[in-house]
Amino acid sequence: MSAVSGTGRPGEAVVAPRARRKLLRRLDAKLSPYLFISPFFLIFSVFGLFPLGYTAYVSLTDRTLLAPVVHFIGLHNYALLIHDSYFWNAVENTFGIWLLSTVPQLLLALVIAHILNTKLYARTFFRMAILLPQVTSLVAVALIFTQLFAHDYGFVNYVFAKFGVHHIYWESGRFSSWVALSVMVMWRWTGYNALIYLAAMQSIPEELYEAAAVDGARRFRQFIHVTVPMLRPTILFTVIISTIGGLQLFTEAFLFQSRTSGGTGGSGRQYQTIVMYLYEKFLGSTQFKFGYAAAIAWCLVLLIALFGLVNYFLVSRIRSAET
Amino acid sequence: MKSILERRGRLVLVVAVVAIVATVSGLSVKGASAAKRSNITLTIDVFGDFGYHDLYKQYEASHPGITIKEDTEDYAPHHTALAQHLATGAGADDIEAIEVGFIANYTTQSRYFVDLRKYGASKLKKRYPNWKWQQAVAHNKTVVGLGTDVGSLGICYRKDLFKKAGLPTKPAALAKLWPTWSKFLAAGKRYQKHAPAGTKFIDSGSNLFNAMIAQATPGYYSKSGKVIVKSNPQVKAAWNLTMQAIKLHEDKGLVAFAADWNAGFKNGTFATVTCPAWMMGYIQGQAPDASGKWNIADVPGGGGNWGGSFLTVTKQSQHQKEAAALVKFLTSPKSETYVFKHTGNLPSEVPVLKSKTVRKFRNPYFSNAPVGKIFANSALKLKPQPLGPHQGDFQTASTNAIQRVEQHIQSPKAAWKQFLKDVATASG
Repeated sequence: MSAVSGTGRPGEAVVAPRARRKLLRRLDAKLSPYLFISPFFLIFSVFGLFPLGYTAYVSLTDRTLLAPVVHFIGLHNYALLIHDSYFWNAVENTFGIWLLSTVPQLLLALVIAHILNTKLYARTFFRMAILLPQVTSLVAVALIFTQLFAHDYGFVNYVFAKFGVHHIYWESGRFSSWVALSVMVMWRWTGYNALIYLAAMQSIPEELYEAAAVDGARRFRQFIHVTVPMLRPTILFTVIISTIGGLQLFTEAFLFQSRTSGGTGGSGRQYQTIVMYLYEKFLGSTQFKFGYAAAIAWCLVLLIALFGLVNYFLVSRIRSAET
Repeated sequence: MKSILERRGRLVLVVAVVAIVATVSGLSVKGASAAKRSNITLTIDVFGDFGYHDLYKQYEASHPGITIKEDTEDYAPHHTALAQHLATGAGADDIEAIEVGFIANYTTQSRYFVDLRKYGASKLKKRYPNWKWQQAVAHNKTVVGLGTDVGSLGICYRKDLFKKAGLPTKPAALAKLWPTWSKFLAAGKRYQKHAPAGTKFIDSGSNLFNAMIAQATPGYYSKSGKVIVKSNPQVKAAWNLTMQAIKLHEDKGLVAFAADWNAGFKNGTFATVTCPAWMMGYIQGQAPDASGKWNIADVPGGGGNWGGSFLTVTKQSQHQKEAAALVKFLTSPKSETYVFKHTGNLPSEVPVLKSKTVRKFRNPYFSNAPVGKIFANSALKLKPQPLGPHQGDFQTASTNAIQRVEQHIQSPKAAWKQFLKDVATASG
């Protein structure tokens, strides 16, 4: 460009490129940021937004996988869903397992992080080791834990028997199956949360502990009154993350059941989660009820959004408490 | 800094160009060679082990230019993927295996499959028992698939446990002891009186129930295709007998295909298991050390079919003629006999079931039991049962219902009620 204008008429040549450059610079400042972030939004709209919208559309139809004709049936699927006791059972199970796995998990993670924050022998080794469950395959974890929790020859019952506890049918009981699944979730995620806490703990100023020590606080009181309050935002972050994960619980529960039960999550749907129920309607049986499954998916979206809102209000309350 | 960026940019460009050129030229090379040799690759999608590997080699040798590629998966994922591939119009293999529990789903959707009559299947009709043939025929008379094996029934039992409990151990004596299922439960009562500690007569209530349902004529569906689970007295009778077995503590209450059930074969925690022909291979796989401890006797109540498959050619196939020819080869009496001898899957063709090779075949693992005779007899005695598209869901629902009773979650009455509700949902 510049070569051409250089050989042309001098008066114009100076003005035109300058204006053009100015325009380019303005465009650069205005457009480039959008260009830079566009890959995410392009990919998101293809793999996120479109499926979301399409699922919403399918949820308003009676579509099944193999039937050739699709009818628009409005909100009929949602009306059915509201009266579907299996759906509400799945909601209950999901929240039950979430509560049972998240609360002890985060408490344990806090304790572990606190211990790892002290001057421990081979500290780096322990800090690495705590993250090991994260690198294992989810399927392998589920399969191995399912073996451990088997009734007749499971290791857990074997150990319990040594203490005189009678064999427990982990899979068939409602509460016991929740416990078994929570253990799987905890085993995998406790180390991850502990590491996040540890990182946050290391940013707490040493002076606070010194001041507390001067005030006569022992280590336990320091932990309760200095560490935990300072970690509040981090704790909230982990709560949100584990909520999203917990509401989508699928693999552990799906592999915990026997191969013949087609996604029902136990003979009496003791531990069928929302996503498992979605799967059962979608592909787990010969019905392939896409419309109904899509309605379940959208209800799950609404539930997560609802929970997100609750979390949002909690966060803003904590913030106002801090200031 | 700038120069590094520039250089990197140029490098990316070079790599991209090289990649594109390589891909394009790769494609053209592939296309040229394929055209030159007129090679055809036939793909066949099965579940588990159909025992075809040697047969592929034979076929490839006698049909130059044809290469066979097998995809295999577990039973449930295979059928799920098949439904997806057919519905989306892409991804299905030339040949797809379909199990009897799913075949009714596809005879009602015959537009996805090649009508095998086009390739001379009508002539093969005589070979099969009528019921097996009809199972893969659509309402518009399209022949969707050709039969491979049948899952005719026997009772596999632990000789050593029977002996300890004071029961006869010879298959012939046992066949006399339990001509009917209620006599079978009576034998169980006898077993339980002197049973070795911790063992039960039956592995799982649902296995018992499914065997009885497999013999029922009709079962879950009427001839006209109506769901008759609630009104069919045979279904209710099978349910009541199963409940009785649980009540009499003859039932170990295990979940079929779960960890404890698998371990039970090895450790001998149950004395009998209802055995479709394909179960033989499963037991040997679970308890390789228990060779000689198991034996097989006739099933109470005559014949019965549990399982068995069909081979189909999909409309998606680019080589329908060649695929149909391969299906005919794999389901031929000669191939089926070969598979039976090596894998244990029982052929479905009548001449094969009556042939000497099958009738004389004994299995050393099962105490040299004349498994060929037992299973062939059961298959030939079988009365056809009308099938329906949601057969598989009803089985899941009944299995869950029986387990709810076994696990003391529900009373038999409540479990039956919920089973009927699940059936209504599944067929609605």
